[in-house]
Amino acid sequence: MTATEVRTGTGTRTMTMVAAINDALAVALERDAKVCLFGEDVGVMGGVFRATDGLQARFGRERVFDTPLAEAGIVGMGIGMGLAGMRPVAEIQFAGFLYPALDQILSHLGRYRHRTRGRFSVPMVIRAPYGGGVHTPEQHADSPEAVLAHVPGVKVVIPSSPTDAKGLLLAAIEDPDPVFFFESIKLYRSTKEEVPEGHYTVPLGKARLVREGDDVTVVCYGGMVEVCTKAADAARAHGIGVEVVDLRTLVPMDTETVLASVRKTGRVVIVTEAPRTGGFHNEIAALVAERALDSLLAPVVRVTGFDAPYPPFTSVEDTYRPNATRVAKAIKQVLDY
Amino acid sequence: MTEPQEQDMLTIIDASGGCVRPDLVPDEETLARLYRAMRRARHFDERAVVLHRQGRMGVYPPFGGMEASQAGTALALTHDDWLLPTYRDTGAALTYGLPISQIVLYWRTSPHGWAMPEGLKVLPFYIPIATQYPHAVGCALAERMQGRRNVAMAYIGDGGSSEGDFHEALNFAGALDAPCVFVLQNNGWAISVPTTAQTRAVNLSRRAEGYGIPGVRVDGNDIVAVHHVTREAVERARAGGGPTLIETVTYRVKPHTVSDDPGRYRTEDLTREWLEKDPVTRLRTYLTTRGLWDDAREDALTRDITQEFEAAVEEADRFSEPTPSEIVDHVFATPTPQLTEQRAQLLEEYGA
Ligand SMILES: Cc1ncc(C[n+]2csc(CCOP(=O)(O)OP(=O)(O)O)c2C)c(N)n1
Repeated sequence: MTATEVRTGTGTRTMTMVAAINDALAVALERDAKVCLFGEDVGVMGGVFRATDGLQARFGRERVFDTPLAEAGIVGMGIGMGLAGMRPVAEIQFAGFLYPALDQILSHLGRYRHRTRGRFSVPMVIRAPYGGGVHTPEQHADSPEAVLAHVPGVKVVIPSSPTDAKGLLLAAIEDPDPVFFFESIKLYRSTKEEVPEGHYTVPLGKARLVREGDDVTVVCYGGMVEVCTKAADAARAHGIGVEVVDLRTLVPMDTETVLASVRKTGRVVIVTEAPRTGGFHNEIAALVAERALDSLLAPVVRVTGFDAPYPPFTSVEDTYRPNATRVAKAIKQVLDY
Repeated sequence: MTEPQEQDMLTIIDASGGCVRPDLVPDEETLARLYRAMRRARHFDERAVVLHRQGRMGVYPPFGGMEASQAGTALALTHDDWLLPTYRDTGAALTYGLPISQIVLYWRTSPHGWAMPEGLKVLPFYIPIATQYPHAVGCALAERMQGRRNVAMAYIGDGGSSEGDFHEALNFAGALDAPCVFVLQNNGWAISVPTTAQTRAVNLSRRAEGYGIPGVRVDGNDIVAVHHVTREAVERARAGGGPTLIETVTYRVKPHTVSDDPGRYRTEDLTREWLEKDPVTRLRTYLTTRGLWDDAREDALTRDITQEFEAAVEEADRFSEPTPSEIVDHVFATPTPQLTEQRAQLLEEYGA
């Protein structure tokens, strides 16, 4: 069942991304008694970003609850719940605080189906706000998606719009396997759009063309989509057609959409706010090198964060995180080659 | 019957400023030192909130109301001992001797605030909860292995004591006889989660038993009691007697940080009760009753502390903003070729 077809609502409502996430969680709790939510401060307080606002009051303390402060416990317990028939949705307060749970994630989360040859699996979703751009304190702006994408057996989803966030989150919750769902802190409240009410899903593994264009392909995801779209619109004003591919999910990756675009334009810029070395963006470069080399008119260009921890130094933070100017420069670079 | 909160808890100066354990009261000079340290800490905390409002400091987690717990513990150390504070423990760090200008710069998110002063054995404020606890075990053992009788003191909150790192560290310290003092500040809240939801345990100091080490519970708003038990723990560790867990029972009367709205998760009835037990007022009342303190001395102290603070802020103001290329400095002792290239790129894009 691919679910864009199964829409239950009729109208739309104006929502920010965080409101759309809240709405998706409510729809999931409403539809499936096996769905439960837990994490630090998600109950009474409704989460530090208000993503779970009002859900405890509406669905009760048994299904929406605060845990003790321990990420390994949160993920480990969620694995147990998933094994035993529930659909746990855990919130990790910030992606940078996921690390105590890495043991559970690397040792078990992605491995259970494989090591029991299909007998047991963990249909769990782990949501975590990630990324920079809003002057959070030290260690609150990490982008560790590549770490998770490297773990066999877990999917990684990173939405870039309210509508996608809701549909992808519902798809993630309904997915039979573990899914990481990273939410750009910068995007939580930066834009609003009309979001369908009720239930719908956006399938995992399907990229989205945010802008179409014939000259340059820009591949990005999450918080960088806004930045790249800005750069693309500026280029359009100069008669340059930039195609912006929003990956939406890193695992599984929609290789066909990326390759089709690169084959059309012959030029590719890959953008991420994660550190440069060893990041997921390199996977895209490798894909292009393996399968679209013949189409390339210029070398691949990466626009990334730096090989240093995300700076907690407010006044220079914006020089770490790629902005439209840096993306525009990269677009020019592949065009001028 | 006493409230479960108050079971097995040592108090020397009670909430009304009366002395309930005259046998444990230190000399006048120590009392004055304790009072001064709390007033310094409080002054910082109050001014920090103002600096934040003026846009001269970033997000800041206030500790007002917890001065006894922080200053009373930190004052038991010498500069040969290690201090491992969390973001909440600005009061402990400045009591230990971290310069106020440095702390202002830290909360201003300037790299100058991150550059810890040479020769001072204080580690930067820990943000990832509980991660400092195993470090303290390592610092303490390293001191012993290098033939020195110094200790390591690490702070944690009630919420932090749920993390695995907390439990592993206590067990390591016990098993390896590490000269550590573990301060668990039970302030009733971990952001929106009350301690009663964090754990079914009421007396958190009793967790020490599970690791075979001493645990003590102390009135965290009574600096005389806090200092008393901490000195004992430090002496025991120094003498080779191993680690101690100290639970200071106090309350977060302030919001979690300056950008938190506690109205979302609590009413302030309990806060008002705890304000009645204020640590600074309590000691002042006691000192005044004994004739050791008066308004003139209070005014002089206020002047002193205000001057010190204002001078420190001026000093902090003299530091320049960082340049973009500083982002990639200090990643390795010798930068990788990639970082060298990235630094050049930043210089090209942003200059200087
Ligand atoms: C590993 C980790 N998880 C989550 C957080 C987010 N967080 C910051 S403070 C806090 C609550 C801490 O409560 P407590 O340990 O009681 O200390 P307090 O803030 O009351 O001093 C949380 C959950 C974090 N900083 N680190």
